[in-house]
Amino acid sequence: MSAKWAYALAILISVTIVIFYVLDPTKTTSVVSFSLRYAVPLILAAMVGIMCERSGVINIGIEGQMLMSAFAGFFGAALTGSLLLGTMIGVGTGMIMGAMLATGAVTWKMDQIIAGTIINILAAGLTSFFYAQGFTLPGITPTLRIPVLADIPLIGPVFFDNGLFTYAAIVSALLLWVLLFKTVWGLRTRSVGEKPSASDTSGIGVQKMRFWNVTIAGGLAGLAGAYLALEAAGTFERGLTAGRGFTALAIMIFGAWNPIGALAAAIFFGLTQGVASQLQTDAVVDIPPQFVNMLPYVLTIVLLAIVSGRIKPPAAVGRPYEKD
Amino acid sequence: MTSTRDVALEARGLTKRFPGVVANADVSLKVHSGEILALLGENGAGKSTLVKMIYGLYEPDEGEILIKGEAVRLKGPRDAIRRGIGMVHQHFQLVPVFTVAENVILGDEPHRGPFVNMRKARAEVARLAEEFGLQLDVDAKVEDLPVGTQQRVEILKALYRKADILILDEPTAVLTPQETDDLLGVIKGFAGSGVSVIFITHKLREVLAIADTIEVLRGGRAVGTTTPSETDAAGLAQMMVGRSVLLTVDKSPAQTGDVVLDVVDLSAADDIGLPAVRDVSLQVRAGEILGIAGVEGNGQRELVQALTGLRPCRARTVTVQGQDALGKSPRAVHAMGVGHVPEDREADGLVGAYSVADNLVLDRYSDPEFARFGVRDLKAVSALAQDLVGQFDIRTPSADTTVQSLSGGNKQKVVIARELAAEPALLIAAQPTRGVDVGSIEFIHSRIIAARDRGAAVLLVSAELDEVLGLSDRIAVMYDGRIVETMPAEGADRARIGLLMAGHAVSET
Repeated sequence: MSAKWAYALAILISVTIVIFYVLDPTKTTSVVSFSLRYAVPLILAAMVGIMCERSGVINIGIEGQMLMSAFAGFFGAALTGSLLLGTMIGVGTGMIMGAMLATGAVTWKMDQIIAGTIINILAAGLTSFFYAQGFTLPGITPTLRIPVLADIPLIGPVFFDNGLFTYAAIVSALLLWVLLFKTVWGLRTRSVGEKPSASDTSGIGVQKMRFWNVTIAGGLAGLAGAYLALEAAGTFERGLTAGRGFTALAIMIFGAWNPIGALAAAIFFGLTQGVASQLQTDAVVDIPPQFVNMLPYVLTIVLLAIVSGRIKPPAAVGRPYEKD
Repeated sequence: MTSTRDVALEARGLTKRFPGVVANADVSLKVHSGEILALLGENGAGKSTLVKMIYGLYEPDEGEILIKGEAVRLKGPRDAIRRGIGMVHQHFQLVPVFTVAENVILGDEPHRGPFVNMRKARAEVARLAEEFGLQLDVDAKVEDLPVGTQQRVEILKALYRKADILILDEPTAVLTPQETDDLLGVIKGFAGSGVSVIFITHKLREVLAIADTIEVLRGGRAVGTTTPSETDAAGLAQMMVGRSVLLTVDKSPAQTGDVVLDVVDLSAADDIGLPAVRDVSLQVRAGEILGIAGVEGNGQRELVQALTGLRPCRARTVTVQGQDALGKSPRAVHAMGVGHVPEDREADGLVGAYSVADNLVLDRYSDPEFARFGVRDLKAVSALAQDLVGQFDIRTPSADTTVQSLSGGNKQKVVIARELAAEPALLIAAQPTRGVDVGSIEFIHSRIIAARDRGAAVLLVSAELDEVLGLSDRIAVMYDGRIVETMPAEGADRARIGLLMAGHAVSET
């Protein structure tokens, strides 16, 4: 049922975009491009959520993992003078934060919500405390224009003329889908998230599987953080992530724990934000910017209210695995 | 005769301790190839612990396991599987949202590089199912399958891993009599093809029907080895319990009186809103036991909850002793003289962290007898508790001990004592002897009969057909939310009830 109206919504939106493109190609292209860029950290963070929850671990600490990585990525790049090194430091930090969650939620069998909350508080505190002004990035992140494909009207400039992070986000969603549903790793990961005792009796190491999945997912959160600091904002400030880690969890649910679904949901989120900003810029509607900036959060609440209870989460999510 | 064959598996002096308990003490056993070994014992006798050691889920504290003559140390199920041990768990270890094929291959997937080779997997699983005569659709989602079929998937999982020692942990607990017979046939087939089977059960009938050798466990120790030809049900029961046990219930003919419970056209939904009870009508008279037979999940649970006020329902009439009980709260229903032994005593019948005494007055702690001006009269509570502990043979260090530290049988006696102490006009007992040792079963049965002889109406719901047959004066068979037939218990045909339970319409013979 939910899949059906998801398709309907996707078609409706696509048709609307095409109509607007016919009316005003430049503006439409720029709105849609903005939307995709806005969606990049949401896509990556939603993949973190999917990877963790499909393994049976709730990751409410995505926000903190991103924030910490954005911090480390920014100062890493500023101090080393290399955006690449900064990105790698961001990803590495994300993995360390992932391993922290895994240690708490998997190894120590803590309450998973508490383990994630600890990460959020820790990240907010550390990044505020060590924050220093006066640093700048060594440059701007490179973009990659894919020849031929980029010349397609509308689709070309939106999807094939982007910063590297944008490609990474789209590829990560497609890749995660293939991994989850077509590979041995995916089958085992899903079994661990649905019925870990069945995995255990089939000879699959539940704890090991969960630990590494959560840790590696942390790397994706690191990539999202690095994007925010190195490309989107071009700087670091306190509370840079602005709740995107939580929005991503809503997107994960809206996408039914499916990477492709979450990819679409994230782009939909981006679109609403893009359209609202444009309407405001054009002075079509006269609403204070605070209300426009509220939009993603309001939308999160509305969508969750609609969707929750209709989509089934992985059955074992949130429960540490105990033999027997 | 089997001793001339090879020994497939041998356990020598296995001991396993858990904090505060010795689950297995110096247990040894031997299974030959192609032999069916029945592991018999009460709940808590250590059967599951024993096979979990053999399957690598627990590591023994002492003793050794030999597979095909070779001493092994199993570090996990993976080791056990590699050595040809397969296990069909009591609680199925299947992923509900996966297909049959996905479940079977999980952990040992045919693959090309990192990718699962689903085509090969499906073909392989279909071939195996056919080879062993287990009919299955490999693409069906496991959650959509009936329990008996899910069990076949479990068995297939073991066979797929080339198990030649198959452990079945209480495999018939969830099956209808027909499914049980089918399963026993399948197991005999395995043994015939050289597979060794360890069959765990507490049902004597099955043991006698299928086992080559019987190993009896009691209190974590192996108390004897025998064969079906050397013993009978009474002998086995005595070995299990350690004293002679009355297997059949002794009861006088019912002296029935007025209708106590009258239900007309009751319907109720299950937890997710689907119809679970459909237009059920029944009457129970004073002094009789109406037993409801049926495979679990056919609406019995919802029916009991509806009658006790725990679940909303629709009905033309629900009266207890002529008083309207429809839509009343559980407390109001209780006050009308209805005692309720819930099927899940831990969740619905007891407060585990409370003492035995407090649990015994759970339904009347605020009565004037036990409290004045909101202050409890603990002396009165304690006096009542002493009395009931003695009367109902509750084995507890004291009445102040928490209920959660008692055994299953004694917990159930606490529930029964509380519900019967008030001498209810109607007793609704759901699965009254589930997870209870044989000795306590005997006692609980005698108490239910005593309540009937006192003039109480009893509605008994049980998934154990033998219990329904043994206790009831009349039997109603429930299938798919309906009562498909009601019959006098005397002369009731076991096979026919089994068919009715499985949903076969049976014509009068």
